[in-house]
Amino acid sequence: MTVDPSLAELSDTLFSIAVALYSVAVVAFSAQLAFGRRPARQPVPAGAGAGAEAPAAPSRTDRWGLAGLAVTAVGAVVHTAVLVTRGMAADRLPWGNMYEFATAVVLVAVVVYLVLAVRAPAVRDIGAFVLAPVVLALVATGLFLYTETGPLVAALRSSWLAVHVSTAILGFGIFFVSGIASVLYLLRLRSDARGAEAGGSFLSRLPNAVALDRVAHRTAVFGFPIWTFAVIAGAIWAESAWGRYWGWDPKETWAFIAWVVYAGYLHARTTAGWRGRPAAWVNVVGLAVMVFNLLYVNMVSIGLHSYGGLD
Amino acid sequence: MSTVAPPRPAPAPPPPARPSLGARALALWLRWWRRLTAMRTAIILLFLLALAAIPGSLLPQRSLNQNAVRQYVADHPTLAPVLDRLYAFDVFGSPWFAAVYLLLFVSLIGCVVPRLAEHVRALRAAPPPAPRRLQRLPDSAELATPLPGPAALDVVEEELRVRRFRVVRRAGAESTPPGPAASGDELSAEKGSWKETGNLLFHLSLVALLLGLAGGKLWGYEGSILVTEGQGFCNSFQQYDTHSSGALVDGGDLTPICVDLEDFRAEYEEDLTAASYTADIRYGGPGEEGRPTTIGVNDPLRVDGDRVYVTGHGYAPRFTVTLPDGTAFTDVSAPFLPSDQATMSSEGALKLPDLGAGVEDQLALEGFFAPTGLMQGGVLTSIDPRPLNPQVAVLAYQGYLGLDSGLPQSVYSLDRSQIERGRLAEVGRANLAVGETLTLPDGTAVTFTGVDQFAALQFSHDPGQVWVLAAAIALLAGLLALLLLRRERVFARVGADPDGGGTVLSVGSLTRGGGESATSFAELTGRLRAALDERSPTPSAPPSGGAAPDPEVPPRDR
Repeated sequence: MTVDPSLAELSDTLFSIAVALYSVAVVAFSAQLAFGRRPARQPVPAGAGAGAEAPAAPSRTDRWGLAGLAVTAVGAVVHTAVLVTRGMAADRLPWGNMYEFATAVVLVAVVVYLVLAVRAPAVRDIGAFVLAPVVLALVATGLFLYTETGPLVAALRSSWLAVHVSTAILGFGIFFVSGIASVLYLLRLRSDARGAEAGGSFLSRLPNAVALDRVAHRTAVFGFPIWTFAVIAGAIWAESAWGRYWGWDPKETWAFIAWVVYAGYLHARTTAGWRGRPAAWVNVVGLAVMVFNLLYVNMVSIGLHSYGGLD
Repeated sequence: MSTVAPPRPAPAPPPPARPSLGARALALWLRWWRRLTAMRTAIILLFLLALAAIPGSLLPQRSLNQNAVRQYVADHPTLAPVLDRLYAFDVFGSPWFAAVYLLLFVSLIGCVVPRLAEHVRALRAAPPPAPRRLQRLPDSAELATPLPGPAALDVVEEELRVRRFRVVRRAGAESTPPGPAASGDELSAEKGSWKETGNLLFHLSLVALLLGLAGGKLWGYEGSILVTEGQGFCNSFQQYDTHSSGALVDGGDLTPICVDLEDFRAEYEEDLTAASYTADIRYGGPGEEGRPTTIGVNDPLRVDGDRVYVTGHGYAPRFTVTLPDGTAFTDVSAPFLPSDQATMSSEGALKLPDLGAGVEDQLALEGFFAPTGLMQGGVLTSIDPRPLNPQVAVLAYQGYLGLDSGLPQSVYSLDRSQIERGRLAEVGRANLAVGETLTLPDGTAVTFTGVDQFAALQFSHDPGQVWVLAAAIALLAGLLALLLLRRERVFARVGADPDGGGTVLSVGSLTRGGGESATSFAELTGRLRAALDERSPTPSAPPSGGAAPDPEVPPRDR
């Protein structure tokens, strides 16, 4: 198993191109917020579900927004190519270290946003707020987590890598979008509370609070079983790799904490007194736990999941 | 024996409305029970559980790494004892962690069991009666038709049965408030009770998972041992280097099985990334010949619910020691622990406490092993994990090792206190390649003859893990049903049309889960409209846009 240096180099070049494309998309989405037509918005009666996401029925297409969407889609294709070429270069699944893991998570987040943008046009306008963290995350990944293309360590050579890590990446990417939607929901609530006279703020161009909350919830509902499966698959793998299915290794502990927090979010959202703002905060905490689990546990703590590839 | 009863005070007349002590205790208990099983409490307990797990990942834990705990205690002499008293180094076995999850599970059971009973009842019972005002439901519509009331309900029933709803018809009750639209016969239909089944399955699976985990902890055990090529072990706590066992494990009643390590191989990529560790072993009952097999990373031996794992490896340098009188100890070895996994440079000690009759001094070698040695500035280092050029840097000691002093000591290092007290003295040092000899002042010759590999093997027994796996699969199935299915209830009622001779059919629907319900309800009412019109002799109203009668679904004769 040798590494193909030209493919590895191509992967690194594509990474830079993807970051550049996403940055262009951020600019386009920001331009949409700044110059775009404000979506016609009916006042939403409190607690009403029906009609809340009545789309603004754009009679004139918002060119900036569509351009951003298109560039994002191209970026996602290039981003996918980053992982494909890396996998081909090393002749293995391209998620054997933190750099590859984080790159894949961000790709899932972008794809989830694109799917949302197509299926629920009402939330398309959150593009700038999804893509900006995406660019930041990718740049940080490239700067701090970069690892040369290389073979997998012995412990990772198992078919469970495909199952466990893939689902963990999927779950993380979905929770990423969910967390952003909850942050935007909280911002939007604040901007609504300040009243309509502050309507010049870009926040008033966000989708309405009900739609944001719904996106956050739906994505979390989608991500939770996937994350549950990732944890179970990890336990099954741990049983054959480390001699026990659960041992409170730091990574396991934080995966458990994240699971409990997201379980709390799903309960909170249907419990009187927790709906709305408190539940959204729980979702934000969930995302913070996921990020902490990626960064702290791999880089600082000493555990069995030390596959980061960083010295 | 007779005693004089103390004079009893006259019983005070009981306060008139005061309930008995028992009733009050019951009321108090019920109040607390309700508070504990409330969803709000469950959410708080979930967060407490998440919070409680955090110190277990930030502080070293005894269950994971004893040495890290010892190091932490040494580094924080004032803080560590306080933390230790709070079980901060045994978080996941601590009473307060147990308190949180047990409370959570009591809360869960208290919430789920009544729902389970209710769900079983609901599965058998007919769908609930229609609410009085269907217009108040999230989705509702009114359809006018010339058909008589029962015929209109027939149409609704057919349409819902095609959609796999459970349908029940009820005669218009007298109790319904008088009014034009609320006097007729009604219909209730329900679909998707699997959602609640999934919900209950998910939560009950959590309980099953906890029970399986606890059972595995109580009846399970594991032992670890370093085995050099050519040696073996049998499954007993006396043989293991370290072991842990559950409270209900009888140490004399372990599976009778022995394992011999015949060959160990570590393979590396060109960039020296470890590619695989494999061990050829033989296993079987004590005294048996044993069956050969190969185990490795991600590939343990599984036999009758027990597992044998390769958890690590290392090198055991071999020495031949020849005493001045000619007595030779050929190829004695001791495992050296790897201090760097990348180069497999290792440290350890070889202790020879008994050199035969008449020899008072004990002998020990302590040192550093490099599988591929390189001298850099007079210091031996390793540059490759493979044994390409094995070298050792050893210090030889003679004197008293303190092995029988009663204090346990590491097999990988010498007892420093014996050296400090002068009972154990350094008598020579050398860097040796294979075949080279260090001669001590008294004439003893120590020859480095080669190196064996050892494997760190782990024997595990966990009778609970099959149950945990089953519970986890059930949990996932329940979760998917809970999150993906939706429960729909549809109600319909007929009343006389106040404007004419026809009938007004009111339809309402209540959907739980699954997101958007308005579109599917619109689709249902469109179909109903079409079916009603098709049955009617003369359409009372023009068919609404697009909702033409569907020839695919002919009205069924009943």
